[in-house]
This record gives sequence, C-alpha cells and structure tokens, in this order.
Amino acid sequence: MDNMTLIAVASIVTAGLTIALGSIGPALGEGRAVATALSSLAQQPDAATTITRTLFVGLAMIESIAIYCFVVSMILIFANPFWNHVIAQATTK
Amino acid sequence: MRLSPDQMIFWQHGFLKLNATIVFTWGLMLVLAVGSKLITRKLSTGLNRSRWQNLLEIVVTGIEKQIEDVGLRHPEKYIGFLGTLFLFVALASLCTVIPGYEPPTGSLSTTAALALSVFVAVPLFGIEDQGLGGYLKSYVEPTVIMLPFNIISELSRTLALAVRLFGNMMSGVMIIGILLTITPFIFPIVMTVLGLLTGMVQAYIFSILAAVYIAAATRTRKPGPEPVPNN
Repeated sequence: MDNMTLIAVASIVTAGLTIALGSIGPALGEGRAVATALSSLAQQPDAATTITRTLFVGLAMIESIAIYCFVVSMILIFANPFWNHVIAQATTK
Repeated sequence: MRLSPDQMIFWQHGFLKLNATIVFTWGLMLVLAVGSKLITRKLSTGLNRSRWQNLLEIVVTGIEKQIEDVGLRHPEKYIGFLGTLFLFVALASLCTVIPGYEPPTGSLSTTAALALSVFVAVPLFGIEDQGLGGYLKSYVEPTVIMLPFNIISELSRTLALAVRLFGNMMSGVMIIGILLTITPFIFPIVMTVLGLLTGMVQAYIFSILAAVYIAAATRTRKPGPEPVPNN
C-alpha cells in the first residue's frame, strides 16, 4: 500500500469511527439530563422556567462534545492536510 | 463541497477578498441597525403603539428578565452587549428561510470573533465592577495553585463557545446540502425547520453562557444574605 492509499484509508475509517463513537457518550448523557429534569419538573412545577433554562444550558454543554467529534470528522473528510499534501506531491510529479 | 461561506468569493483584488461571510454579516448589521432606527423613531408610552414597537419591547424586556435571572443585578449595563449577541446570532439563523442565503455564523471566523469579544468583555465588566485588584484576585481563588487552571478554563471556554456555534450552524447547512442531492423534495424542508430550531437555541445558549461568565466575573464576595431570585 503506497502513501496515498494509506492516508485515504486511515482518514475515511477514522472519520467514520470518530462520529460514530463520539455521539454515544453525549446521547446517553443528554438522555439522563432530560430524564432528571423531567422528574424534578414533576416534583416542583413552579420552578419550571429555572429548570428548563438550566436544562438547555446543560444540554448545550453536553452537545458540544458531539460537535467537536463532528468537526474533526468533517476536517478529515473535507479539509484534510495530509491528503492535500499527498495530492500536491502526486500532481507535481 | 463547500465547508463555509468563506469560500464563496464575490470579488477579489490582490489579497482583499469580499466573500459571502462579510457580505451577509454586513447585510445583517444593516437590517438590525436600520430596522431599529426606523421603529424607534416615534416611540409612544401609551397603550396605543405600533406593532413593531410592541415586538421590540417584548424582545428587550424578555432579554432583560433573562439577564436578571442569571444573577446580574443591573441588566441595563449588560443588555447592550448580551442583547446584541443574541439578536445577531438569532437573526443570522432566522434568515436561512431566504433562498441563496448562508448564515455567516457557519464560518469559524465569525464565531471566533464573537467568542473573542466575549473573552475581552468578561474581564472588562469584571474590572468595572470589582476594580483591577479585586478582579485579578479572583484568579487565585481558592488557592494560588488554581491560577493556571483558572487561566486555562478561561481560554478553553472561549474556544468552546466558538466551536459550539460554528459546529451547529455548519452541520445544519451541510446536512441540507447533502439531503438536496439525495431526496430533494420534502425532507430538506424538514431539516431546514430543524436547523432554524437549533439556530435559535444556539443563539440563546451563546448569550446565556456569556451572561453566566460575566456574572461569575462580577460576583461580589461580601458576606451576607444572598438575594432571592424572583421567578
């Protein structure tokens, strides 16, 4: 396997694995957060605005982890510096 | 596949590039500034007011209430900055219903600029509230060993603000672009609605997080009873 094939295979496999594994954790965490928020809403309905706002802020922080994985995956597919370097080498040869 | 509106260039002269990000950012700024100027030309304090003034009042009082709920006691000091953040990001996401428009927050430059402005604003508000010595002393709380960690947390949460907004906006645009090549009829519209929802939520999150950071920097440490928030 020459350099180009190796880099292509590594980038594609890593991009898929990154987003696949990286969304498991945040999804589980968000599920737990919403479940706890729902049960505390049932216990204290008049604190609904505070609970909802805190829930949204918490969900955004958890979601950021999934977003980081997505950004890395996109970089590997569309803005891959190693692939660009290898392509530049191949076209100038 | 285009990763960001930075790559859509309208005009180029040497190294000066007029790309879609700049054009749409200035368009949004024009709409916000000219719109509010036109609406606030003849303000009325009675019950007989125009619907646009009503809309602005709802928005402004809503943001003021949110800022107060976060813990900042004089919301009129901060509403200029925080309200502008919210309105810019929300309008940037709302205008995706216009065909041919790409949200400028889908480019890392715009979101990095917004995050940098929050990074600069938090110490400014902290120093204005607590004085230079008081604010710098908050970095060595609770012990001096926490100083590097406090600095790193400042930098990382700025980075997180930028990447969070960029990732959400960029993923919305990209999903719609990919779906247009697969099922071009109904499904992209559903995803555009989802993109609108996440855009609004992200605008709210961005401004609320900025408010929370400012509240953490301006928190006075005088011992005494905490004010009870009324909700």
